Amino acid sequence: MAETRVQEGKAAGAVEQPSPGKSLPRIEVIADFCKGCEICVVMCPRNVLEMRADPSRWVGSVVAVVRPEACTRCMLCEVHCPDFAIKVF
Amino acid sequence: MAFDYEKYLRMERMPHMWCPGCGIGIVVKAMLRAIEKMGWSQDDVAVVSGIGCTSRTPGYLDFNTLHTTHGRALAFATGLKLARPDKHVIVISGDGDAAAIGGNHFLHACRRNIDITLIVVNNYIYGMTGGQASPTTPFGMRASTAPYGAVDPAMDICQVAIAAGATYVARGTVAQGLLLERYILNGLKHKGFSVIEAMSDCPVQYGRRNRMSSAVEMIQWIRDHGVPVTRAKELPPEELEGKFVTGELHVAERPEYTEEYRRLIEKAQKAAEGAHG
Repeated sequence: MAETRVQEGKAAGAVEQPSPGKSLPRIEVIADFCKGCEICVVMCPRNVLEMRADPSRWVGSVVAVVRPEACTRCMLCEVHCPDFAIKVF
Repeated sequence: MAFDYEKYLRMERMPHMWCPGCGIGIVVKAMLRAIEKMGWSQDDVAVVSGIGCTSRTPGYLDFNTLHTTHGRALAFATGLKLARPDKHVIVISGDGDAAAIGGNHFLHACRRNIDITLIVVNNYIYGMTGGQASPTTPFGMRASTAPYGAVDPAMDICQVAIAAGATYVARGTVAQGLLLERYILNGLKHKGFSVIEAMSDCPVQYGRRNRMSSAVEMIQWIRDHGVPVTRAKELPPEELEGKFVTGELHVAERPEYTEEYRRLIEKAQKAAEGAHG
């Protein structure tokens, strides 16, 4: 299976402007690895992630980064993703 | 900063075969972070497993790996550790593999106090073979071989390990991945037999039969049923009914098996020299 990396952190439009000098966390989702279990969505204390329907996938949905500006790099999503599909930089 | 799991994975075999939401991936990640913290070279680590969902782990890991027969992972690992005491041997097992089919090997590995770290992923059921009840299926919970609920009381793997003589025993959950990493790290550091039980979810085989068909529901169930060891000491026994105690449950010091064995060899060699010399 070809590995496609989706850099959602930059693609999703930032609503709040981050303070100068503070870099926005980059959240990388390896879409091919995501099995849509939603654990990351529940684990995130800041509602950064959301499930998005994707009929092309056998599981029917894939995780999407919707509020990257709220991310505090707590890493809970990365730690609890059983499928090695999320990386927070 | 993101952790580089790719360093330890056989990426050509990914994505792995575990079901959506299965907690084994969370345990494997905690194990990889703990190994990274130990600073061990990949060539010095051996990961051994038996049969089952959890035992598929070594197939995805880039260490010295050994996939053995059902329940016999600890027997193979004991041989490996005795032959090469310089290597760090980690056994990853499921509840059926460690507590049922390999129950005897488990007891004797604990008794010997050999320097092996055993990680038991307890998902309450035999996942791979079709959801049969395992020794850890809680009383009254349903499985494919217990459609009206299990009548056997569940086995407490940690208490059995303590009774059998393991010198580091801890229990974590997949709902608290960072704590689990800490227990595995302390288990790796510990000289002697360490047992880390990771309470995990199986939404497909266990959850589906027990009104928790999603991984999120099962992880919340695990989080709600874990009681930290410090709090458990203050609670009356009836409040702990149906719950499990998490944390570092037992830490002790005892002579380690490979060292004792080496001493025995030296003693025997000296005696032989004395007899012939």
